[in-house]
Amino acid sequence: MTSRRRFAIAAAAGVLAAAMVPAAVQAQGVFKIGELNSYKSQPAFLEPYHRGWQMAIDEINAKGGVLGRKLEVVSRDDGGNPGDAVRVAEELVSREGVNVLAGTFLSHLGLAVSDFAKQKRVFFLAAEPLTDKITWQNGNRYTYRLRASTYMQVAMLVPYALEAKKKRWALVYPNFEYGQSAATWFKQMMKDKQPDIEFVTEQATPLGKVEAGPVVQALADAKVDGIFNVLFGPDLSRFVREGTTRGLFKGKTMVSLLSGEPEYLDPLKDEAPLGWIVTGYPWDKINTPEHKAFVAAYEKRYNDYPRLGSLVGYITMKSLAAGIAKAGGTDTEKLISAFADLKVDTPAGPVTYRAIDHQSTMGAWVGRIAVEKGKGTMTDIKYIDGASVQPSDAEVRKLRSGE
Amino acid sequence: MNGLANASSLFFLSAGLSLIFGVSRVVNMAHGSLYMLGAYIAYTCASKLGGMLGFWGGLVATAAALALVGTLIEVLLLRRIYHVAELFQLLATFALVLLLSDVVAALWGVEDLLGPRAPGLRGSVEILGHNYPQYDLFLLFLGPVVLAGLHILLSRTRWGTLVRAATQDRDMVAALGVDQAKLFTAVFALGSALAGLGGALETPRQPANLGMDLSALGDAFVVVVVGGMGSIPGAYVAALLIAEIKAICIGLGTQHIAGVAFNFSKLTLVAEFIVMAIVLIARPYGLLGRAQGMPRHAAAMEDPLKPAGQALRLLALAVLVGLLAVPLLAEASPYTVVLATDVLIAVLFAASLHFIAGPGGMHSFGHAAYFGLGCYGAGLLLKLAGLPMAAAIAGAPLVAALAAALFGWFAVRLSGVYLAMLTLAFAQIVWAVVFQWETLTGGSNGVLGIWPPAPFNRAGIYYLLVLGLTVLGVLLMRRILFAPFGYAMRAGRDSPLRAEATGIAVLKVHWLAFIIAGSVCGLAGALFAFAKGGISPETIHVSRSIDGLVMVLLGGIHELAGPLVGAPVFTLLQDSVMRQTPYWRGVLGVVILVLVLVFPLGIAGTIAAWARRFAR
Repeated sequence: MTSRRRFAIAAAAGVLAAAMVPAAVQAQGVFKIGELNSYKSQPAFLEPYHRGWQMAIDEINAKGGVLGRKLEVVSRDDGGNPGDAVRVAEELVSREGVNVLAGTFLSHLGLAVSDFAKQKRVFFLAAEPLTDKITWQNGNRYTYRLRASTYMQVAMLVPYALEAKKKRWALVYPNFEYGQSAATWFKQMMKDKQPDIEFVTEQATPLGKVEAGPVVQALADAKVDGIFNVLFGPDLSRFVREGTTRGLFKGKTMVSLLSGEPEYLDPLKDEAPLGWIVTGYPWDKINTPEHKAFVAAYEKRYNDYPRLGSLVGYITMKSLAAGIAKAGGTDTEKLISAFADLKVDTPAGPVTYRAIDHQSTMGAWVGRIAVEKGKGTMTDIKYIDGASVQPSDAEVRKLRSGE
Repeated sequence: MNGLANASSLFFLSAGLSLIFGVSRVVNMAHGSLYMLGAYIAYTCASKLGGMLGFWGGLVATAAALALVGTLIEVLLLRRIYHVAELFQLLATFALVLLLSDVVAALWGVEDLLGPRAPGLRGSVEILGHNYPQYDLFLLFLGPVVLAGLHILLSRTRWGTLVRAATQDRDMVAALGVDQAKLFTAVFALGSALAGLGGALETPRQPANLGMDLSALGDAFVVVVVGGMGSIPGAYVAALLIAEIKAICIGLGTQHIAGVAFNFSKLTLVAEFIVMAIVLIARPYGLLGRAQGMPRHAAAMEDPLKPAGQALRLLALAVLVGLLAVPLLAEASPYTVVLATDVLIAVLFAASLHFIAGPGGMHSFGHAAYFGLGCYGAGLLLKLAGLPMAAAIAGAPLVAALAAALFGWFAVRLSGVYLAMLTLAFAQIVWAVVFQWETLTGGSNGVLGIWPPAPFNRAGIYYLLVLGLTVLGVLLMRRILFAPFGYAMRAGRDSPLRAEATGIAVLKVHWLAFIIAGSVCGLAGALFAFAKGGISPETIHVSRSIDGLVMVLLGGIHELAGPLVGAPVFTLLQDSVMRQTPYWRGVLGVVILVLVLVFPLGIAGTIAAWARRFAR
């Protein structure tokens, strides 16, 4: 046996042994939080998110922590699929001994971890997933969610779309639950207020693989007055470039979900599509003192500007700290009660975790895309509080009847 | 017309892969990664240098850089493992996929990078009342130009003649005194340069991003297989066909057929795989492909299977006893039990794949289909039909077996990579159906709340159930392999003609083997559903199929114990590396590369070879 082989075997054995180490003993004097997210499969959003929560934790601990104890986050990659995510959650709960879980980005992972939390009776704060199901159809008492849901984000845009008074609309969305439900809500809400509206065509494109040329062509051929777009990420860049080159957006009302978020807007640089009505995060235009303080601290620490992910990560940990303080610890039942109507002061303004459906009232900014200094940004911005874009309580109760 | 530009970009992507496969038979999983690397390098040239030189010069620079990278990969890595099993290069290049994805992330960061428009071709031209981007027009013409260039290179030059000769019979080429090593290196470098060029040409159309590698890989394989492995004109025809079909689906949009609205654009999710399945069923070697001569002595002939000796039986017994003791750890280390459950399910999954891939010689690239169908079968029987867990677990293999019977009937008629790709196409079609069928399968979110009832809700008890069924499944397959049926199966693999002549109905035997493997795999899927409390389309995704292959190859495809070693090693490695470092993909890639080089026959295979040498 050569030494190289021997080394490899020793290394492999070491790795196996490491996997078998028995449960770490819960460190004394800290509150442990288990965090899991798809860091490798969604890096563009989650790297800033990681920085955001790291900064929040350090701020909290620098001030002496919560109830005199420090917060410790055990962060894991969830592998980007539900099977691995559930195993990672198991590992956090049973090996690291946490009973507070936080994180997830993709909707189906959020739902899987939420269901796991219900099964294992641990608290779960879903940070990013947008799916309505996590608080409604599949909602459970162990799960709270921070970000504004698909429904809420669509509801924020609908008044602007109605104001344009356009009759013929087209929709383009990524072909999975998020895109489908955004399209469904948009059609429903528009039809309610503007009964003569026509939805001429719909393009459901494979996520990450939009055939921009033919899609833009089909939308142009449909001769519509307005387009509702749900594409994001690389799909959005392709769509915008192709649509601009072919003059698709000229004279049309463009309404677009999430496109004002720096994660998706910045890659477009000076080609950001002017005048689109979008939800997003114009970090450099928000002039409240608490947000300015957040940006200053973030820029000082990372020498980079915050993305929406940074804000979400930051608020996630700030919320958990507030919840743990109110609950007097991390006991699951106490934490669930503490989060009901929990108020948290955040850089985005005050946020409340609704008792009725465990959705936070963190809102989003709506505005029009503009280009300044060669970069995409938003103008005419308005922060829309999440509390103002909810269905009636009776409807929510009906939607959440599965519990 | 919109399809034409996309056809050209698909062609650039796949021509290199086709060339490489045709000559060296390497199933190059890293092709998409090279394409992605090309896009990033071109982006850097175009945005940092800027202008005409940055973009057009960048294209040349990218191609040159990728040729260099390709040369390095071939010389440092692939050359060392040509002599072992044909599929083993898949494992090595898979490791490169993991490694390159982290290298790119480390060098360029995680943000999408949209390159500048191509200088000189920024605007659009009006054709028949439509605006058509000038750059697309350029691509549209460049496709046929590159096709013609490659054609001339391959048919009119001496080097091209040698390459074509090697495609048909590389041993003969070697016997005639041609330096194969140089030829292979050159072809790999050319293929890599084409991949890089393909990526570079895309930068004005789509941002360079970290998801490009895998999405490009899938497209490239489909195009190459539909066109016929090794056929460059075939790749172009296939690219054209697929791009046009997608363009037509998109152009149709929502249509009302007999009063029912149907959105054709949703078909683009799976259009290429439907095309691939139809083409392979109708023309087993792709549109313009030809049957390939079997490479002579690609790998040493395998010894006949031997029943386990005393030592091995004792070892197996000891392992079993050890496994039975795992639930005792439930108190001290509950996670060990959970992890061990995952490992066992992976073992059953890998063993069922090995059953057809090893002794059966059918390298299924879509084995996850049966895993996923087992998952969904069990989950839906429980949720919709209201059956108890035992019935759901019993029903799942039947669901998977039905699918395996259907798909296998077509698949066993093919061989080699074409069989692999047909199974992949079927798996992708199943995936797309599950993904779209919101009302039945829960669409992209899947089905939740499938937890085992008491007493199986305790991890230790459920683990014992999984252990029992896994041992049963593995022993059953082992028993079959030592039965006359198993001998017939291997005979059909090693020499179909002679097997037929001795009266073995090879197709029927392989078909049955396919069904057996499918149903065992379905059982693994059912166990997985209850272990995770839910199911999602990812259980059917191609990445799970690839994981299965990686486990089998890592353990050793020619060794019965291969999957029993490979699955635990891979699962435990992934679990522990993922926890240790944010760069877990890169680390995992390096570890697999080391394992590939140290254990060229797979871990179990190489150890068995050492043992044989030692015994002598």
